[in-house]
Amino acid sequence: MEYGLDKRSNALKTFNTTFIIIWLLIACFPFIWTFWGSFKVRADFFSRADWWYAISAFNTLIETGGQFTLNAYSEAWTEGEFWKASRNTIIVTVFVVTISLFLGTLGAYALSRSTERYAFWILIAALIFRAMPHITLVSGYLFPFFELQIWGILPTTIVVLVAINQPFTLWLLYSFFKTVPKELDESALIDGCSYFQAFRYIIMPVMWPGVITAGLFSLMLAYNDFTVTALLLNQENHTMVPKIQSYLGTNQHEGNLMWAVSAVVSATAPLFMLVMFFQRQVISGLTTGAVKG
Amino acid sequence: MPNKTFFWFFLPTGLAMILFIGLPIISTGIQSFYAQHDQVVKEVKKCDPFGCTVSIVVDQEATSVLRDERPLGKFNGFGTYVDRNHLAIEQISEFWDETDTLGEFIDQVTNLPFYKALLFTLTYCLFVTPNVLLLGFIIALSLNAISRKIRGPLIFGTILPMIVTPLVGSLVLFWMIDAEGIIGANLQLMMEDPYLSLKSSRTLTWITIIIYGIWHHSPFAFVVFYAALQTVPQEPVEAAIIDGASRYQRIRHIVLPHIYPVVTFVALISLMDNFRVFEPIIGFSAEGSAQSLSWLIYDNLVNEEVILFGSAAATSMMTIIGIAILLAPVLIRTWKEFRTAR
Repeated sequence: MEYGLDKRSNALKTFNTTFIIIWLLIACFPFIWTFWGSFKVRADFFSRADWWYAISAFNTLIETGGQFTLNAYSEAWTEGEFWKASRNTIIVTVFVVTISLFLGTLGAYALSRSTERYAFWILIAALIFRAMPHITLVSGYLFPFFELQIWGILPTTIVVLVAINQPFTLWLLYSFFKTVPKELDESALIDGCSYFQAFRYIIMPVMWPGVITAGLFSLMLAYNDFTVTALLLNQENHTMVPKIQSYLGTNQHEGNLMWAVSAVVSATAPLFMLVMFFQRQVISGLTTGAVKG
Repeated sequence: MPNKTFFWFFLPTGLAMILFIGLPIISTGIQSFYAQHDQVVKEVKKCDPFGCTVSIVVDQEATSVLRDERPLGKFNGFGTYVDRNHLAIEQISEFWDETDTLGEFIDQVTNLPFYKALLFTLTYCLFVTPNVLLLGFIIALSLNAISRKIRGPLIFGTILPMIVTPLVGSLVLFWMIDAEGIIGANLQLMMEDPYLSLKSSRTLTWITIIIYGIWHHSPFAFVVFYAALQTVPQEPVEAAIIDGASRYQRIRHIVLPHIYPVVTFVALISLMDNFRVFEPIIGFSAEGSAQSLSWLIYDNLVNEEVILFGSAAATSMMTIIGIAILLAPVLIRTWKEFRTAR
């Protein structure tokens, strides 16, 4: 801690810095390594002979004539149909984020402005729903979805992801709405606005930071989901994460493991850039839920 | 806000949650009392010059008719719950009679699929949760002592393991730890054991998955603790410094009590998340030696021949009961606070 009175010893300072450096290495190196390896051929990145090949690119030079190769990427995106998976991911993510923000802001606003006791119980119920493992919910969906013949298509998955996402979005937005003073919308109500008008024209304009945070978390949930998308979508409609898993399953094909590596990099890169851009919002979102709730 | 307005504002999200979280839980409950149909068999008489033989074959037609008529399966009551793949009541009492020592008995029981998975899930929770709290707290303390100017990028680096999906995170680690990866190969060199690999031993697999869990969840604890540290009041800390309190004493008696509510929050969230551990098992392809409750459900649902809805549902219900037991202390505390506040 940076306390003016506290003169820290040099030994402690060195220890602290070393610890942070080691931790950052542990946290980041796996990603850097995978990124580096995705430009090699399989015999180098998963070398049976010598792990140093991954750095010296021994086999990559023989097979492709260069130190780096984009083969894994081009094959995964065309032959492996990763373009289809990423298109599906974009569709799912856009819809999930939009719908859950729409439902979430309405519901959380009502919860934050209600003084009734049931509002408290709704929040508790949402907390319990948040704790449900997704796979148990999926085991509840599969049979009715088969019977109704709505299994395998994107809209079903979108609705399911929106619903699964609601408890967290509600809690997050609820704590944000609580920070907006009540007087603001009350004065609008006195001036003759309806509740919806007050919500739309007075509250929403000052709520953007909260909405962005909630949107980011919905996005991360929809983008990262494996359990729901793997079991509720058919092969044709798979999003990126189940697609990556399907590359692993067919190990006999020589190229597939490298497809998975390049697909992992392709799927992770946009997410990292997004988080880098919105880092402040991610952290404020994680902490509002915790510190206040 | 009037009740009627509240109703209309809350209707969409409430409907979504009831339809896709509430009802599925009920649907799981109902499914758990049914089991898939047995195959209908018929006797076929085959005659040749040397006599007639009667053989039993599966009547495909009748089976599919039965399946179409009652797709939910046959009613099984609590049968699925007590069968060999779940609570295995019969097997356990058998083991109790057969085995001589307690250790042997426990050995036998933990070889049953459900108990095996339960054991792994609990071990995972037990090792990952405290370590996540500890590591997250230490990282938060250290980062908090670093100059403000370079903290931004450091925080970004720290939260990377948390923002990737568990499947990707475990794959990225697996590719390094596997025998053909950079860490695995070097470990083989160091130990001088060319056959050393993740898959070769159960203990090694468990340790790897637990390390993965700590790696993946610590950033979350870090972020929450880091934010809480920003709210620690400075005056008592300064007073303690003047009074000659050591660094450890200050953390123990001022910082920790202040962030205590946040610690319980993080412990609870990470306990809930760890209890549903599932994706790393797929990422590390560790199905052979480590199975969790969630993985058992997944395995039933992707079954090749016929999806075992009943079996998956029964495991799901027991997982939900497990979650309820974990949540109970918090709910009781909230209820008490709510009553006193009233």
